[in-house]
Amino acid sequence: MTTRTRKHEDPMPPTSPPPSSTTPPVPAPEPARTDDPPAGRPAPGVRVGAGLFAPAQLVRSLPRACRKLDPRVMVATPVMCVVWVGAVLTTGCAVAEPGDWFGWTVAGWLWLTVLFANLAEAVAEGRGKAQADTLRRAKTDSVARRLTGAGSGAGGGYGGVEERVPGAGLAVGDLVVCEAGDTVPGDGDVVEGVASVDESAITGESAPVVRESGGDRCAVTGGTRVLSDRIVVRITAKPGETFLDRMIGLVEGAARQRTPNEIALNILLASLTLVFLLACVTLPAFAAHAGTDLSLVVLVALLVCLIPTTIGALLSAIGIAGMDRLVQRNVLAVSGRAVEAAGDVSTLLLDKTGTITYGNRRAAAFTPVRGADQAELAAAAQLSSLADGTPEGRSVVALAEEAYGLPERRRDEVAGAQWVAFTARTRMSGVDVDGRKVRKGAVGSVAAWVEERGGTVPPDTDDVAGGVAGAGGTPLLVAVEDAAGARVLGVVQLKDVVKPGMRERFDELRRMGIRTVMITGDNPRTAAAVAADAGVDDFLAEATPEDKLALIRREQEGGRLVAMTGDGTNDAPALAQADVGVAMNTGTSAAKEAGNMVDLDSDPTKLIEIVAIGKQLLITRGALTTFSLANDVAKFFAIIPALFATVHPGLDRLNVMRLTSPDSAILSAVVFNALVIVVLVPLALRGVRYRPASADRMLRRNLAVYGLGGLVVPFVGIKAVDLLLSLLPGIG
Amino acid sequence: MGPVTSGVLQLLALVGALALLYVPLGDHMARVYSADRHLRVERWIYRAVGADPDAEMRWPAYLRGVLALSAVGVLLLYALQRAQGALPGSSGRGSVPAPGAFNTAVSFVSNTNWQAYYGEQTMGHVVQTAGLAVQNFVSAAVGMAVAVALVRGFARSSTGTLGNFWADLVRGVVRVLLPLAAVAALVLAACGVVQNFAGVHEVGQFTGGSQQWNGGAVASQEAVKLLGTNGGGYFNANSAHPFENPTPFSNLFEVFLILLVPVALTRTFGVLVGSVRQGYAVLGAMAVLWCAFTALMMWTEFAHHGPAPQAAGGAMEGKELRFGIGGSSLFAVSTTLTSTGAVDSAHSSLTGLGGGLALLGMMLGEVAPGGVGSGLYAMLVMAVLAVFLAGLMVGRTPEYLGKRIGPREIKLAALFLLVTPALVLTFTALSVALPTPPRSTLNPGAHGFTEVLYAFTSAANNNGSAFAGLNADTDWFHTTTGLAMLLGRFLPMVFVLALAGSLAGQRTVPATAGTLRTGQPLFAGLLVGAVVIVSGLTYFPALALGPLAEGLA
Repeated sequence: MTTRTRKHEDPMPPTSPPPSSTTPPVPAPEPARTDDPPAGRPAPGVRVGAGLFAPAQLVRSLPRACRKLDPRVMVATPVMCVVWVGAVLTTGCAVAEPGDWFGWTVAGWLWLTVLFANLAEAVAEGRGKAQADTLRRAKTDSVARRLTGAGSGAGGGYGGVEERVPGAGLAVGDLVVCEAGDTVPGDGDVVEGVASVDESAITGESAPVVRESGGDRCAVTGGTRVLSDRIVVRITAKPGETFLDRMIGLVEGAARQRTPNEIALNILLASLTLVFLLACVTLPAFAAHAGTDLSLVVLVALLVCLIPTTIGALLSAIGIAGMDRLVQRNVLAVSGRAVEAAGDVSTLLLDKTGTITYGNRRAAAFTPVRGADQAELAAAAQLSSLADGTPEGRSVVALAEEAYGLPERRRDEVAGAQWVAFTARTRMSGVDVDGRKVRKGAVGSVAAWVEERGGTVPPDTDDVAGGVAGAGGTPLLVAVEDAAGARVLGVVQLKDVVKPGMRERFDELRRMGIRTVMITGDNPRTAAAVAADAGVDDFLAEATPEDKLALIRREQEGGRLVAMTGDGTNDAPALAQADVGVAMNTGTSAAKEAGNMVDLDSDPTKLIEIVAIGKQLLITRGALTTFSLANDVAKFFAIIPALFATVHPGLDRLNVMRLTSPDSAILSAVVFNALVIVVLVPLALRGVRYRPASADRMLRRNLAVYGLGGLVVPFVGIKAVDLLLSLLPGIG
Repeated sequence: MGPVTSGVLQLLALVGALALLYVPLGDHMARVYSADRHLRVERWIYRAVGADPDAEMRWPAYLRGVLALSAVGVLLLYALQRAQGALPGSSGRGSVPAPGAFNTAVSFVSNTNWQAYYGEQTMGHVVQTAGLAVQNFVSAAVGMAVAVALVRGFARSSTGTLGNFWADLVRGVVRVLLPLAAVAALVLAACGVVQNFAGVHEVGQFTGGSQQWNGGAVASQEAVKLLGTNGGGYFNANSAHPFENPTPFSNLFEVFLILLVPVALTRTFGVLVGSVRQGYAVLGAMAVLWCAFTALMMWTEFAHHGPAPQAAGGAMEGKELRFGIGGSSLFAVSTTLTSTGAVDSAHSSLTGLGGGLALLGMMLGEVAPGGVGSGLYAMLVMAVLAVFLAGLMVGRTPEYLGKRIGPREIKLAALFLLVTPALVLTFTALSVALPTPPRSTLNPGAHGFTEVLYAFTSAANNNGSAFAGLNADTDWFHTTTGLAMLLGRFLPMVFVLALAGSLAGQRTVPATAGTLRTGQPLFAGLLVGAVVIVSGLTYFPALALGPLAEGLA
């Protein structure tokens, strides 16, 4: 795509970097964590998993549900508010006529209908509450060691007087010192030092992570604990607005705002309610003309059955549960809007390294040059790499053993070996043993080494190496100097290895209508090879942050929504521009601030799951709305004959369910209407089944299940309730 | 050939004729509404009314044009009727009283053509030709213009403009309706429909006594009455009158004229949005509804029980012998599934369920295929709603033709759909609950209730057909049906144009495999379901007390 010549990744042969004196004595977790598919996550193609739901939660949430009966709370949901008013009215009627068991029963079930709706919401909120409590425990009232009069010293160090202030008293820009055992008092960036930090309070991951000043690993989060060393942190968030505070607000649902789709759906439900209200309000006049009177209780019962109570009751629970599903996957969304946008995404920008391919290149083949022997090449490559602890070096050894059947060797088995380490100057490594010198490294360096020693480089060397580079790989030259003189043996092909299952995932995304674009710093040739290997739709090579931003803008101008992940400060503009920007928790605070989601696991492949969760959220809403509307047909067939069969006996032919009596017909519809809410609570919390498929297939399936199901189920349900009711004495 | 076979053959002939003209007429209209050049006669009109036909209008300006033109139309038509007594060429007919004149003026401007008067006895040649016939063209062209504006809302990207109302209006009349009407009038005249300016003929009857026969420019008015889905007959008997509809062939031709433009507009829609498949899907939904209604109507009329229907081979009461049950059923279904309201049989005499079908056809919002323009825009609003539900079910923010259906779009669609039920149910309830209005009904019980329900359903949906039996020539009904027609026509237009403006302002989202494909049979089926469930459920209780109570008795 771009032809910028800037080199982003150094093409020199990857070997272990020179040991740094600042490396802390903890395992470096970040790269390792992204290397392997995280455990416990569904494999590609598996449906988005369910959340937990236990019936005991219903009981536990009951008090909260009752508190929500407050009319000031009810007003927020128009449909359930109408039911609430209906319940008040019928209760009034029942009080006025205390002997009327029918009025009391209808009133009771209407109250239950409202209560069930509140219960659904309370259960959804309750699950977030438990999580929030855990988070709160991390947010102890820490004492901060603030530096006053601090300034950057000449040597870059921060000095000044230390004073102890409560964490809540910090301001943005304050410098605080944290040493081993201290809790970081607020969000900030490390400006001095390096430390290992336990972030388990937030990520749930027990392995400590490294935080150091400068670069992309400088962000620390308030509430995490420093395990070793000393760091100076510049506070970047006001107390009360820290990441932890935001997280608590989010999982508790306190900061929940309605999303555009939810608002649109609410408008639709409100207007349907209005239509049915009209139909019911005008009905007494029609009935009077026909010569019959309708009681208020019956009218309210009819109204409640017709308005879309099922979806009205479950709508907010669906939204809360959708956010909760993200939280369970350790993703925090700043807003529900972002979750919804995830479902709409049509372009995914994925970083090559760590997301599509393993973080490191691997040896893929040994190609001998003319005059050399394959087995000799493999053996030399193996030998030269025995002391190379980098993933690339290990992969050479593994390839030699697995693909070329060489015996397994270990470094200490080779007696008297003199290992030559890789340096940036020589650009090769190797071993001198038994008078044999084996070298492996950059093509130019090794070729020079051979020529220096009087050997000749065969003319096809460049062809072989060029062929490897042309296919997107990195060639390493292997040469040996022994009794026969110095000579080139062949080329080791290092290439990016696409993680297993990625191609299937991209195919799946394509079926869902989502285009994947691979972002890489590689040159276009390498990028094209990896892109073809992984099956992505497009790639952006030699990508700079500006390129990314431009690409996002271009996609958005075409009307497409873009999702991406990022962690560095230079990703921040692109993260902010993207419709769904997922920042890695290991990233800088600038990145976290710019994105609208944070992945606590820092797993870039999770973007695909986030999209699925967004879609599932919308599907659940649509499916339950369809179900709710389709239910009305059966309710009409239950209630209308019951109301009017006395004056128009012909209408009894509409009583296709053969319900026992008018009273029991109306009651059955009301009871079914209330119970269906409870039955659907688990579905609302869990989300409907979602498998990535084309829109057509999804629609066909969901229409069949929720449309036709919504037509048929209430006929069965109402009949069943009626049969039960007819067993009660005094009815039927 | 039995009557059932003849009915089915007529149906097939009709479908064949429509299929033949679907593409040419649809494409022609698409060209008309997207042409850059103006005809000379059009330029004269623009100059005369002082309109700039090339100025792009945003939706409020477009709406102002619609409302201003219609307001002027109502005032002129009202004035013309009130002054009839003083006008030459009125054959001695007096001025129309105020309530009736208001009702009629609104009725013709709103494309309803509800007639609470005896056509041949009340209106003279001047009012018929200079007033009513003009509105037959203009009100139809207004409906088409609004539909085209909505289609442009879908087709355009990131502009707020919907075209020019004056250009759309004038082109609709000059390039679509006038040529079609001219051809149709010739065909009708050839069939024997009268076309003269003769006065009243006193004719002796075989059974003794005498009858007054009126002449008039009937063929020309008849053509646009049907083409523009107007429905206001020259004669009180409307298309049952032999001067308006003399033969079985003219009857079938009239049904063809009713359906022609609304059906072809779906093609225009498809062409203008750049995908004829989209037009086919909308047409498919319309066709499914129309065929289902026709089949049910024929079934209930042919298979009705009772000694008289069995002796006659079907429910022949209130039907013309020359049309039979097949021709009458086709006409009744087509006139109520469009906003025409012309009748060739007495809908009051349809069987209970047959009357219910005619009523339900209007209650569905007249979308199969609906009035000229109004059918298309009503169906597209319904499609917006169906897309919203279906779109959620495929896990994306719903999109129709690349436009996102968000809170604003849903709000406008919902308001659109609320208007007619509110008018119908409120006015019907008032009319049966207040002490005086019910005296207008001829029959007691369920049938009487249906008469009132039918009147307001017809008025609010701008149909104009009447379920005979109700005396609507009272101040109460003049006023309430007048209001129902006025609000039922122009409030939805407000919401449609606002919706069009909102859609036109959006950037078009490209379709992907994850996008709900709306040019598919599955979507057409969904659209049918949405129309039936949303409208059907609203009116179910009312229907149960009227036609269902009667039909199931």
